[in-house]
This record gives sequence, structure tokens and C-alpha cells, in this order.
Amino acid sequence: MKIWIEKQTALIDFTLASLARRKVKNFGLLLVYMLIVFLLASVMLYTSALRREAAQVLKNSPEVIVQRMVAGRHDLIPPGYLERLGRIRGVQKKEGRLWGYYYDAVVKANYTFMVPTAGAVAAGKVADGKIVVGAAVARERGLVPGNLISFRSYSGRQFSFAVADVLPHEAELVSADLLLLSEADYRAFFQIPAGHYTDIALSVANPQEVRNIAAKLAETLPDSRPILREEVLRTYESIFNWREGIVLVLLSGSILAFAIFAWEKASGLSAEEKREIGILKAIGWETGDVLKMKFWEGALISLTAFLLGYIAAYLHVFRFSAALFEPVLKGWAVLYPRFELVPAVDGFQVATLFFFTVFPYTVATIVPIWRAAITDPDAVMRS
Amino acid sequence: MLSRNSHRALVFLTFILVAFLLTFADAASQRTSRSAALAANARLVERLGLTDLCLFTEARYTRHPSQADLHSAFQDHPIGLEHFPSGSLLPPPRSLAASYENLDRKTNRPD
Repeated sequence: MKIWIEKQTALIDFTLASLARRKVKNFGLLLVYMLIVFLLASVMLYTSALRREAAQVLKNSPEVIVQRMVAGRHDLIPPGYLERLGRIRGVQKKEGRLWGYYYDAVVKANYTFMVPTAGAVAAGKVADGKIVVGAAVARERGLVPGNLISFRSYSGRQFSFAVADVLPHEAELVSADLLLLSEADYRAFFQIPAGHYTDIALSVANPQEVRNIAAKLAETLPDSRPILREEVLRTYESIFNWREGIVLVLLSGSILAFAIFAWEKASGLSAEEKREIGILKAIGWETGDVLKMKFWEGALISLTAFLLGYIAAYLHVFRFSAALFEPVLKGWAVLYPRFELVPAVDGFQVATLFFFTVFPYTVATIVPIWRAAITDPDAVMRS
Repeated sequence: MLSRNSHRALVFLTFILVAFLLTFADAASQRTSRSAALAANARLVERLGLTDLCLFTEARYTRHPSQADLHSAFQDHPIGLEHFPSGSLLPPPRSLAASYENLDRKTNRPD
């Protein structure tokens, strides 16, 4: 065993000396390799953490949301609609929701105005003339509890509100752009008459019955569009799959460039490398030794690139809030939530990434060497 | 001890391997320490009846993708193409985009 270890360390010594002879080329390869692993791992870690967080947080969203459609567009729920819903068996609780969008021309940002339901976290602090704002809104407008803020409504009237509270920073992923206000203020601000609602949230006594209730809704109220919680969760699942796919498509150009570069480097032996193999065989190295040496070369480069690339990606996503992705995800939006994702590392995904980055390079290094190593040293040196 | 290059390389590899394994330990510890905040967020979602993550605030169908209909991205005018950058990162809700089974080749009666 000791002899074997000694032999391997001698081979690694030789490999490192050989790599050092082509320092710039090998260092460049290591850097590009690391960058590719970093990008792939960042996308993988970011989307998997976001997917898990979305599933955990949105599992408590309303079971069924009922919207009313007019000419293919979302319209207000008219008075009497809620009462008609009450006759559907299995509906435990129904609540009209009031929420909408407001464009703040001062900072050119869109806010979501919402009336908290009775008993909601911030409902106690929301009174007429008082609002609770999301952390990103507070940051953008420089608000702290006690400040006054004015908005010009769509009717042209100016409304002033006192900030009663700011929602916690930890909740930015779901509430960054929220502005909670009282029902009376909301109706006055958007000029929505009493009895009208944006949509209706339903809770169902038996979760197994949700689909039946959705079918009954469509029958009783043909202009309604029920949105089930499971559809919301599926939407997010598909968004993150799609987004991961889009980023990977964008990255695929650089991945292919790297694949060509690595393949060329690993498989196309330079004349110098061929001469080196010829000399090694001429001085008594066996084919197995040459292969082992090249295996170590491939393993050292790919393992170092994988580990460093992965660690950098982990720090980027979970310690620096995926700062490099922010411009892409932000789009034209002014308000962007600052959130720290809770790490969700999928061992299988890491193993897949390892397999697809380390394995091909190591194999690509060994095969051409094996072809060169089994030929006659004299022929190799002369070629 | 570290007189040979191979030893230095192996020590370096071991070091980054330990750092790699530490990321898993860090992930587990962060999950534990932030489970309360995550539960608080879930409660906020439940009590306010929220339906979406606040990731893209630029357009209403990107702010609340689960509440959007298929027309909302193309609503501005006839043949008005969707133009917000986030739209490229955001597919339409899955339940709306699902296609129905193609029956034209299975029908016995010609139209």
C-alpha cells in the first residue's frame, strides 16, 4: 500500500511539473472551467432554492380564488356575486378581496395596494388614513413609521397616509411592493363602490373536493374563473423550470465553447506532449503509468475547477444574494426585493453537475493518451 | 512535510473538499436558523391571502403570474406584442397554456 501511495505521489509530482511547463494554457483552462461550473451551479442552486421557498411559502395561499372575466379580461366582482357563491355546498368560507396596482410616478415603481382581511397580521395597524408598507417601498421612498406620504389617485385627488408600520425585511420575497390600507381608503382611492371586490378567496371544507367545487363554480357562475392553489404552485414550479431552462439556453453558447476548448485541449495532443509520451515510454514507463499520469492531470484540473466553482457559486447565491443575476431578473422593474434565500441543496443535482463536468473532461484526457501510449515510442517521437 | 508539489496539491485539494462539504453543513444550519422566518412568511401569506412571489414588479402579469390570463401580456393594442423583459423569463400560467387533445384526426364525421 505504501509503495502504491509513493508511486501515485511521484506521478502527481511529475504531472504537476508537466502542467507547470504549460502554465498559461493550463491556468486559462482551469479559470474557464471554474467559471462554467460557477455559472451552472449558481443557476442550479438559485432556482432550486427559489422553487423550494415558493412551495413552502405559497402552500398557505387561498385554496380557491374566483375572478370574474368580461371579454377575456379580469373584471370587478359585482354585488350579489358573493351571496350566489354561498349556495355552493362545500364552501366553508368566502371573502371578497380588494387589491390593485398603483404606479408611483415619483420613483417610477408599481405598488400593490391591498386591504388586509380581518385578523390579518397588519390589520390591527391599518386604520383610515394609516398604511403599512412593504420593505422595498419603504426603502425606495425613504419611509419609516410615523412618516406621511401622499399619492395622487387615478381620479386626480391627492391622498395622504401616515405610515403605521413597515413589513419585515425577511418577508420581502412576498411583500416587497405591498401597501396595506383600510377598506374605506382603498374604495375612496380607486373609486370602487361598496359591494364590489377585486376577486373572492374561498376556503373549502374538504381539500379533496376542491376540483368539484371549481366545476360547480364554473356551472353556477359561467363568467367566473376559479384559480386553485395547486395551479398557483404548479405555475411557480413551471416558472422556475422555464427560467432555469432559459438561463441554460443563454449559457449554452459558452458551455459549447468551453466543450470545444476542453475537448481540443484534452484530446488533441500537441507535438510536445506526444514527444513527452514517446520519451517516457523509451525510458521504460509502461502504458499504464502514462495513463495514470494523464488521469491525475485530468482529475486534478477538473476536481479543482468543480470544487472551487461550486464553492464560489454557493457563496454567490446564499451569501451575496445572487447579485450577478439581479440585473437579469430585475428587468425594467424599479422595486426589486432584497432577499436571502434559504439554502436548499439537492444532492442529486450536485452529483449530476459533478458527473457532467468532471467525468467528460477526465475521459477526454485519457482516450487520446491511451491511443498514443500503445503505439511504438519510436513512431510516436518521429510523428 | 510539504516539500513536494504532490503533497501541497493534495493538501490544497483536501482543503477545498472540506470547504465543499462545509457548504452542506452551512446549508443545513441556515435552514434551521431561518425556519422561523420562513414560517412567519408562510403565515403572512396565509393571513393576507397572498398568491404570488414579489419577484417582478414591472407588469401586472409578471407581478401576479398565477392570477394573469393569457391575454394580459398582449393587452395593449391589437397585435400588441408583449414587451417587458421579465416576460421572457416568465411563461404563461401552466393551467392556461396546457393544450387540449387534438381530436381532428380521430373524428368519424367530416365537418
